[in-house]
Amino acid sequence: MSADTAVAVGSGGNARTAASRLFAAGANAGHAAHLAAYGAMPHRGRGWSLVQELEASGLTGRGGAGFPAWRKFAAADLARRPNRYARRSGGPVLIANGAEGEPLSFKDATLLRNAPHLVIDGLLAAAQALGAGSLFIYAGADEQAAVGAALAERGDAGHIALVEAPDAFVAGQASAVVNFLETGRALPRDLAGRLAESGLKGRPTLIHNVETWAHIALVACYGAGWYRSAGTAEDPGTRLVSVTGDVPSELVLEVPGGSVLEDVLSSAGVRVGGVGSDAVSAVLVGGYHGRWVRPAGMVLSAGVGAVGSVRSGVIVRPGAGVLHVLGAGRCGLAATAGMVQYLAGESARQCGPCMFGLPALADVMTRLAAGTGGTGLVREVERLAALVSGRGACHHPDGTVQLIHSALETFADDVRWHLAGQCNADQDPAVQGVSGQGPADPAGQGVAGQYPAGVAQ
Amino acid sequence: MSPIGPAARLHIDWTRCDGRGLCAELLPEALTRDDWGYPLAAPGRVRSGADKSNVPVTGAELAAAMDAVKLCPLLALRITRP
Ligand code: SF4
Ligand code: SF4
Repeated sequence: MSADTAVAVGSGGNARTAASRLFAAGANAGHAAHLAAYGAMPHRGRGWSLVQELEASGLTGRGGAGFPAWRKFAAADLARRPNRYARRSGGPVLIANGAEGEPLSFKDATLLRNAPHLVIDGLLAAAQALGAGSLFIYAGADEQAAVGAALAERGDAGHIALVEAPDAFVAGQASAVVNFLETGRALPRDLAGRLAESGLKGRPTLIHNVETWAHIALVACYGAGWYRSAGTAEDPGTRLVSVTGDVPSELVLEVPGGSVLEDVLSSAGVRVGGVGSDAVSAVLVGGYHGRWVRPAGMVLSAGVGAVGSVRSGVIVRPGAGVLHVLGAGRCGLAATAGMVQYLAGESARQCGPCMFGLPALADVMTRLAAGTGGTGLVREVERLAALVSGRGACHHPDGTVQLIHSALETFADDVRWHLAGQCNADQDPAVQGVSGQGPADPAGQGVAGQYPAGVAQ
Repeated sequence: MSPIGPAARLHIDWTRCDGRGLCAELLPEALTRDDWGYPLAAPGRVRSGADKSNVPVTGAELAAAMDAVKLCPLLALRITRP
């Protein structure tokens, strides 16, 4: 498989549907178009189990963490069975999470606007399998009309509640969604790792990203074997990616698992690879909680298995599916500092280390990017990163730290320039660094420096 | 920490804790305070990358840890299994 089969769906929603699984019914698909493309959900016999089929399919969550989708499913299935430990109070709750608080992501919105019926089908198939009573679609303000119309035009979805998600970065965290449905406050909760056992009002609660639900519908409809016919053994099926940043036009692509990052970028019209086509400095994979990589040799895969047998490359986890392109000549440290500022502002301000630590990190990153700080800045970043990581009710601090660490690693050369008070982005190579020798190692760690002539990229 | 591992773990609910530091006073071996006053596992107690919201406590510290749970004014602490 290659990204050549990718399907571009502009944010306007004009789908080219040829090889797409999720957009096979076309743009803004109504129920009739949906049924024509996918058929009705087949009736399954007693021996058939959706959770087993999901396990065999290898589907992973498309919201960011990338865990096997069947695990939460199995946990909710187990929890709904009466046992002497669990307090029983009603059947399982199913939630399709389309909050997409990540500012660079728009694939969930694109999916909800163009293929809402797949998401609904996924929920209904799971409801049947789990005997679930309460079903929710949690989506942003702009998707309310499309999803509402989809729910209204079919006869089997009247019991699915459509809820408007607040527009905030952490509003899409699973425990924040449950909290919002209970209390109207979309704030993450402490010890929320066991929603499948005890979530909304103590009921087993299965929450998946909307794209995951759409894939669940496909697995329920066509089975695990068909599902695995796209992608790789380690990362089966397809996924949506939001391609943003320095690109000809921002768009959503559906790409097979295990796609080569450079192939995906060239499908999006970005010039990569080859002599003289260095339009890309780096790519932020996964969004603001993701990581910066140089695209060459990278393979997008949620799977941990050895990918070398399939194709050589370094695995980068697609996270929430964001591919944010940093054009050549742009400063990755400045971009990162801006993102950390944003993330600090999006702290839900519940947990001290996050509330105080993220602004402190943003401040140090901003000084680093401005080239105005002292030589101890990197050490201070590391110290603060260690202080905030793992010390919050949600993964917001950890995601922020991951972004920062990847920036320090990927833009290591730039860090040294900046500590010496220079930024070599956006400058003509002839004007600076002509000798090919960079600044003396400012941190005094004795790293003898052969620095890139001119632009680091 | 004994070679057989901690007797229990002290869980900190960050959404409740306000960082006044009473717990760190009660458990000086297990907890210090960070830049902003919030309880922090003492150096060497949790490896980097380990769970920093559930601080391991020894059997000798268990009574003090239970006191901290009782005395935390914001009910931010609880004992969890090791
Ligand atoms: S870690 Fe930060 S974002 Fe997450 S709940 Fe706590 S304060 Fe909010
Ligand atoms: S006693 Fe409670 S509120 Fe005070 S610092 Fe400790 S955990 Fe936080």
